Amino acid sequence: MITITDLRKVYRQGDREVVALDGVSLSVGKGQIHGIIGHSGAGKSTLVRCLTLLDRPTSGSVSLDGRDLSGISDKELLTARRRIGMVFQHANLFDSRTTAENIAYPLELVGTPKAQIRAKVDELLQIVGLARFAEAYPSQLSGGQRQRVGIARALATDPDVLLCDEPTSALDPTTTDEILTLIKAVRDRLSVTVLIITHEMNVVKRACDSVSLLEAGRIVEHGRLAEVVANIDGRLAQALLPLPGDAPDAIPAGFILELLYSGDQAVEPVISSITRQFGVDVNVLAGSVEHLGGTQFAHLRIHLPTDADIEAIKTHLGAIGVAVSVKEA
Amino acid sequence: MDWLNSLFENPGITNALPEALLETLQMIVISGIATVVIGVPLGIVLHVTAPGGLAPMRPLNAVLSGIVVNITRSIPYAILMLALIPFTRFIVGTSIGPIAACVSLTIATAPFFARLVETSLRDVQGGKIDAALVMGSSRRQVVRKVMLPEAMPSIVAGITTTLVMLVGYSAMAGLIGGGGLGRLAYNYGYQRYDVAVMIVTIAVMVILVQLIQVLGDWLSRRVDHR
Repeated sequence: MITITDLRKVYRQGDREVVALDGVSLSVGKGQIHGIIGHSGAGKSTLVRCLTLLDRPTSGSVSLDGRDLSGISDKELLTARRRIGMVFQHANLFDSRTTAENIAYPLELVGTPKAQIRAKVDELLQIVGLARFAEAYPSQLSGGQRQRVGIARALATDPDVLLCDEPTSALDPTTTDEILTLIKAVRDRLSVTVLIITHEMNVVKRACDSVSLLEAGRIVEHGRLAEVVANIDGRLAQALLPLPGDAPDAIPAGFILELLYSGDQAVEPVISSITRQFGVDVNVLAGSVEHLGGTQFAHLRIHLPTDADIEAIKTHLGAIGVAVSVKEA
Repeated sequence: MDWLNSLFENPGITNALPEALLETLQMIVISGIATVVIGVPLGIVLHVTAPGGLAPMRPLNAVLSGIVVNITRSIPYAILMLALIPFTRFIVGTSIGPIAACVSLTIATAPFFARLVETSLRDVQGGKIDAALVMGSSRRQVVRKVMLPEAMPSIVAGITTTLVMLVGYSAMAGLIGGGGLGRLAYNYGYQRYDVAVMIVTIAVMVILVQLIQVLGDWLSRRVDHR
């Protein structure tokens, strides 16, 4: 379990101060996959550097299983870092080493016996599905394979936390899926806590149990995937279940509603229930239906004619567990 | 075939050339090894003590980079070797001969080579250094296990360049008593107007440089897995 408490990082730039992290607090339980999403400049990179202790935070703390890492000595730092495995955007493998030697690197650092290293490397190569590539150099591997080696290397020290910094941002969609599947498989097998820092909403959708939205150095929304999605006006809900930007030009007068509901809440077919009970035509303008965090979610934009009894419809929808937000037509 | 026979009857070529070549090789090998032995650590120190490096040390970096390396590099070799005669006599006991020439050759090329090493190390992507640090490497381990191996192809290319430069410098050293091919060309080719010796000397030097370059390129490719 990793806990971040009120983390602040202020950089000095000439004579003015730049606040990169403005009190970030976060807690991720063991075996959870947590996504931290944000645009560039939101403070993601600074957060990563503080988590890996490459940079010391200005204030606040990072603790693993209750042990504070931010105040420890330089010597302890080397050991502490081994409890966080890090996966980089561009894998950052050593070109002068083969796949097996790359994975062995963190073990060599502490003088692990050769036989033990070989056994661990073989095991990790199996996990990431690269057993055949033990003797290949990074330049002979594809981007996805390199990232697999990066994951294996990060796992070599049996870390408590796997910190993934934009792990799929340099990969194509198919490879992205493969890497995310691997990260989930690794979590299931080794019950390691995973933090994924990314700007891709798709990564959050596919891999994360919970998510935080980082903006200007602060976490503005966070929660389990199902929770954040259920908040219809939330930024994460809008981003996770996006609807096309603008309503079409030529719609007749009436009301435009946005509905959001999940598979658990609405067993009843929502659209036809409106039509049946209120006798109005429902026009679906846009919709997005997705499986998120184990639940089916639907986000719809619908149009109702001017004569519809909007208050009664809202009450009805509320009663069957649909979140509604009315946008005037 | 008269000219070929005359070459083999020319004592400047049959007697003096092999000896001169040996002396030149002696100068290149000894000062080459000394240059690498001094230049690699110096290059490492230049890189890691630089601002933003692994162990930033402003004063040390300023002294090494500004004074030692840049001043030595700004003195033309022809002048440096003359200026160093007393120092050479102090170290080797004489200022004549190939061994004595190695002192000024090393002092001239080591700072140059150190700069090449520094540049090679700087070209190792920062991400790899970060990765090494995040995995808990000490600074010594970062240098020994990551920086040097990753920069090796480029460092080998730097050694090649430095050795080729040494061929040229060693010929200059020959003029003030260093011996070797430089003196051969001067004594026979210039002072005795023996064109044949001059041309053969040039040919030998061209072949020597080619050999160094081909060997260096081959070795650089061997260690390059990028």
